[in-house]
Amino acid sequence: MSMQTESTSESTASIAVAVENVSKIYPGGVEALNNMTLQFPKGELTSLLGPSGCGKTTLLKIIAGLLQANSGTVTVNGRPVTGPGPERAFVFQDFALMPWASIIRNVAFGLELRGVAKSERMAIAEKHIENVGLKGFENHYPHQLSGGMRQRVGLARALAVDAEILLMDEPFSAVDEQTRRKFQEDLLGVVQSEKKTFIFVTHSIEEAVYLSDSIALLLPRPSRVSEIIQPDIRRDIDPDAIRRDTVYLDTVERIWQGLRRYIE
Amino acid sequence: MKIFGIKLPMMASLVIWAVLWEFIGQFDLSILLPPLSHILIRMVEIIPTATFFKAFWITTKCFLIGSAIAVVAGIPIGVMMGRSVIIDRMLLPWVNMFLSAPLTALVPVLMTLFGFGEKTIILTTLLFAIWIIVLDARAGVKGISPSLVEMAQSYGANGWQAFAKIYVWAALPEILAGIRLGFIRAIKGVIIGQLLVSIVGFGRLFELYSSNFLMEHMWALLLVLFFFAFLIAEGMGIIERKFSYYAASR
Repeated sequence: MSMQTESTSESTASIAVAVENVSKIYPGGVEALNNMTLQFPKGELTSLLGPSGCGKTTLLKIIAGLLQANSGTVTVNGRPVTGPGPERAFVFQDFALMPWASIIRNVAFGLELRGVAKSERMAIAEKHIENVGLKGFENHYPHQLSGGMRQRVGLARALAVDAEILLMDEPFSAVDEQTRRKFQEDLLGVVQSEKKTFIFVTHSIEEAVYLSDSIALLLPRPSRVSEIIQPDIRRDIDPDAIRRDTVYLDTVERIWQGLRRYIE
Repeated sequence: MKIFGIKLPMMASLVIWAVLWEFIGQFDLSILLPPLSHILIRMVEIIPTATFFKAFWITTKCFLIGSAIAVVAGIPIGVMMGRSVIIDRMLLPWVNMFLSAPLTALVPVLMTLFGFGEKTIILTTLLFAIWIIVLDARAGVKGISPSLVEMAQSYGANGWQAFAKIYVWAALPEILAGIRLGFIRAIKGVIIGQLLVSIVGFGRLFELYSSNFLMEHMWALLLVLFFFAFLIAEGMGIIERKFSYYAASR
């Protein structure tokens, strides 16, 4: 199985995020990433899939500018990342909503920080709340919503700032299974309609195959990209039919066979 | 609590103590313990006087200024200590020391520095109130979920926005508890300050009553102060409970 990034022939214009030789050692000597190189094409959903300890969340946070790499560079649209930026928006595993603020204020928070006028940001937030299916909950508070609904708020907040790149850190892992399936279907719709670049961290093989245009399979100790898989699933079929699609099932099986020796 | 199937209000036990006080007071056992009814009559007599009003005004003013400074300075100091290890290491020993130190002993020093007036009383109030506010704000900020901090960062919050829009709110239940405890200490501070300065406000009145053995006056004044202290503590408690709804869901 070949390593890493395909196609140097591809022009850099179609690469949204490029990670080059990035290493990260946490204080205390834990090596989270070792010389990682990876590229994320524009307008696609790329998953970072791997067992725990493979550094996938660390990589995502370095791309977000929330963590500093010890060496190597991350470039977004050709510009090196030195910190968080308006072209990237983050969706958090535990939602990271402000419990004291209404849903609409939570969704508008990114715009509020940028100093967008109140009426304008409320209008934008309202639109995105509707898009994620929470119309009518604008003036509710996070503790009145279920886990799945809270993550929809998190997604709406990320969409509201209209960033080109959405960084999603295991967004569905704190959501129950039924809600997660529905949410995954809806996310496919968002990916198609929004034309944004998604970087999606998950430890669920099914989820990665179901959602991704390409999957970067990460392995731990030492942390590395073992393979890039591009599930060749037709996206024009019914979202439910994908789960019965033979290509889907075969890809899930193939990844599991590759990963199982690293478990335990 | 229920007795004989009748639900009693929270403060019902006070009635029993008041009756007991009145009863024992009627025996004239000690000059220290006049009957409660005499004290209440004296209270009605004292409260409308200009001396009382002036003392009350000075106390209120010193209390408000002292505790306002304690809140306005204490919260940012506490937040900074919660966020920065260096600042925390620098300040924590001092905060802990002043929290438990017998501050009353410092008041004479303040008097020589700032005179026998309101400045000393305000400073005493501030010194009594601020440390618990700092410590509680610090504890609250230390407990903020890391992802909420990352959220603010990733959506581009600058230092001031992170402070005003995230840290203060996320730590609000602890900060309010700190303010409530700080206010209770401020009441002690404002009275102790006046007692030691003893030529202004209630301090002067206490001095006057006690040196002339006017126990009824003394008790009347004390009860008024107890009542206001209770009112402030309860008022803060109500505000605190209003915001505690999200303390569990952070």
